[in-house]
Amino acid sequence: MNLTGLTDLPDSRGHFGPYGGIFVAETLMAALDELRVEYDRARSDPAFMAEFEYELKHYVGRPSPVYHARRLSEAYGGAQIYLKREDLNHTGAHKINNTIGQALLARRMGKKRVIAETGAGQHGVASATVAARYGMECVVYMGAEDVARQSPNVFRMKLLGATVVPVSSGSKTLKDALNEAMRDWVTNVESTFYILGTAAGPHPYPMLVRDFQCVIGRECLVQMPELAGRQPDAVIACVGGGSNAIGIFHPYIPHEGVRLIGVEAGGCGLASGKHAAPLNAGAPGVLHGFRSYLMQDENGQIIETHSISAGLDYPGVGPEHSYLKDAGRAEYVVINDDEALAAFHDLCRFEGIIPALESSHAVAYARKLAPTLGQDKIILVNLSGRGDKDINTVARESGITL
Amino acid sequence: MSRIGQTFTALKAHNRKALIPFMTAGDPGKGLTVPLMHVLVEAGADIIELGVPFSDPMADGPVIQRASERALANKVGLKDVLAMTAEFRKTNTTTPVVLMGYANPVERMGYETFARAAQAAGVDGVLTVDIPPEESAGVSDVFKAHGLDPIFLLSPTTPESRVEQVAAVADGFIYYVSLKGVTGSASLDTGEVARKLAMVRKHCKLPVGVGFGIRDAATAEAVARIADAVIVGSRIMSEIEAAPEGECTNRVKHMVAELRRGVDAASK
Repeated sequence: MNLTGLTDLPDSRGHFGPYGGIFVAETLMAALDELRVEYDRARSDPAFMAEFEYELKHYVGRPSPVYHARRLSEAYGGAQIYLKREDLNHTGAHKINNTIGQALLARRMGKKRVIAETGAGQHGVASATVAARYGMECVVYMGAEDVARQSPNVFRMKLLGATVVPVSSGSKTLKDALNEAMRDWVTNVESTFYILGTAAGPHPYPMLVRDFQCVIGRECLVQMPELAGRQPDAVIACVGGGSNAIGIFHPYIPHEGVRLIGVEAGGCGLASGKHAAPLNAGAPGVLHGFRSYLMQDENGQIIETHSISAGLDYPGVGPEHSYLKDAGRAEYVVINDDEALAAFHDLCRFEGIIPALESSHAVAYARKLAPTLGQDKIILVNLSGRGDKDINTVARESGITL
Repeated sequence: MSRIGQTFTALKAHNRKALIPFMTAGDPGKGLTVPLMHVLVEAGADIIELGVPFSDPMADGPVIQRASERALANKVGLKDVLAMTAEFRKTNTTTPVVLMGYANPVERMGYETFARAAQAAGVDGVLTVDIPPEESAGVSDVFKAHGLDPIFLLSPTTPESRVEQVAAVADGFIYYVSLKGVTGSASLDTGEVARKLAMVRKHCKLPVGVGFGIRDAATAEAVARIADAVIVGSRIMSEIEAAPEGECTNRVKHMVAELRRGVDAASK
């Protein structure tokens, strides 16, 4: 496999092989073109990149540490498990890396109003945070269903000055919030910057979100040799839209010896049909402006997804993951709700870390993989977010009344 | 010449403008779509735009979103829409039918398979909202090879430099979206639209239809004065939505007849 070629994507029109692209109505074409041109300028502008790095260091608290989870490794009985602590970032997840980058772009383009979609609320909070930080108006679209199950994050967004708009169309979850954000953007395209939360959507979003999130993997490339004496044998990350995963995978793509493993939400199990695992059980299609693997029925209608974690509850996946799957450079597996919940408790009890339910999927796969590898092997898990937002869900699933 | 081309040529010969009503297939009921298509024609439609229901209609406002949801609840998909067109064609061989929808149902069926089936059913044109010319390489050619006119959108945000590029792949007519927003948005500025159409016509010889924001005889007349076709969707779907059971046909007939009077008033 020619590994270096894999990092040269996308092409100038946003294609990762057959995936990606720009599938939007005409009204947005000019805005996407403007964004592509401005981002090209920004990333070769040392002043822009210096400000981005300054903000990551002094506002977000980067670099986030890598931590050797010794007790967890011992309990799982095999490979050594290291955690990339994105949960320690300001606002509690990797999402802020991207929202800072996009807010700086918005400011550069003279846009005073930003909009965002959110599922679990982490991207909504990260967007509201940067809007407050840079003095912008912020509107967050959130499925009515998610507003109900993630109420602490809704309140956080409001505290930060954002307007949260519940979306009651379709399945009332993340995909519908994204539809509504697109509708807002098409209406207010001249005044508004759309801060897309994951490495998906029309070009150039999958590329620019990846680029902003790649700080995760680049730090690991330096930190792992310092801490463990070498690069890991496997990198594991959860995949909803896939921004934390592509952020840690991408810098590792040329490192042939490193397995890249994305973990999709298996929900109640693939056989039940109640899951959010398009790479494992979907088919290629077009949604939300790009081509990728999708959860869809035989008529091409998008089907409702299920996951215990709202952040993974999405029927599509970033186009670069579809490409890496077909190219065989990354593997994609599933972890069911119950396995994720068990891993959530493991990390709480063995390491004193309360992980997000999304990230718990990655930990759960480490639990499966570690015993199959020797104790001299190294697994790096991207702990993409902290789990404070999930305590109500976990209590309910565990039959506990708070 | 395609049925769409013939329609515009005939209208032009009589100094008339086209009225193109839109209707979501399968709403309010699966069995009502074909009768409603005939009603549209009786009331004055020159071309019918038939909406293919999709679970995630990103470019549509609440009225057409709800129509799409009701159609999906009635289990209407792309195959059914093709069957409805074939049924309509049994008694009407002159009124062009344009399918309007999103890429994924067509992508899932396969572009070649779809194009062959659409041609056999008597479809004349296809507008896939989320396939811009940049992504249409291959798609438009397949459509054209099966006698389907690929219809494309232009919008207020389309730069002049792009119009030629769109015109190069488009056929049948151009759909000019009168305003920034989703279907069913409020008011349109005909002065602004007229200025934009003058620019479009410099680069494009196809007839130009204008849609979004047309809701009565007066707005239909105003648009008919500057465009080759008047396209109306949400206004008709809101009549269907509001109609008590059994009233749907009458409501649609009256609405389209009113729009027809508006369009014809522009030719006087």
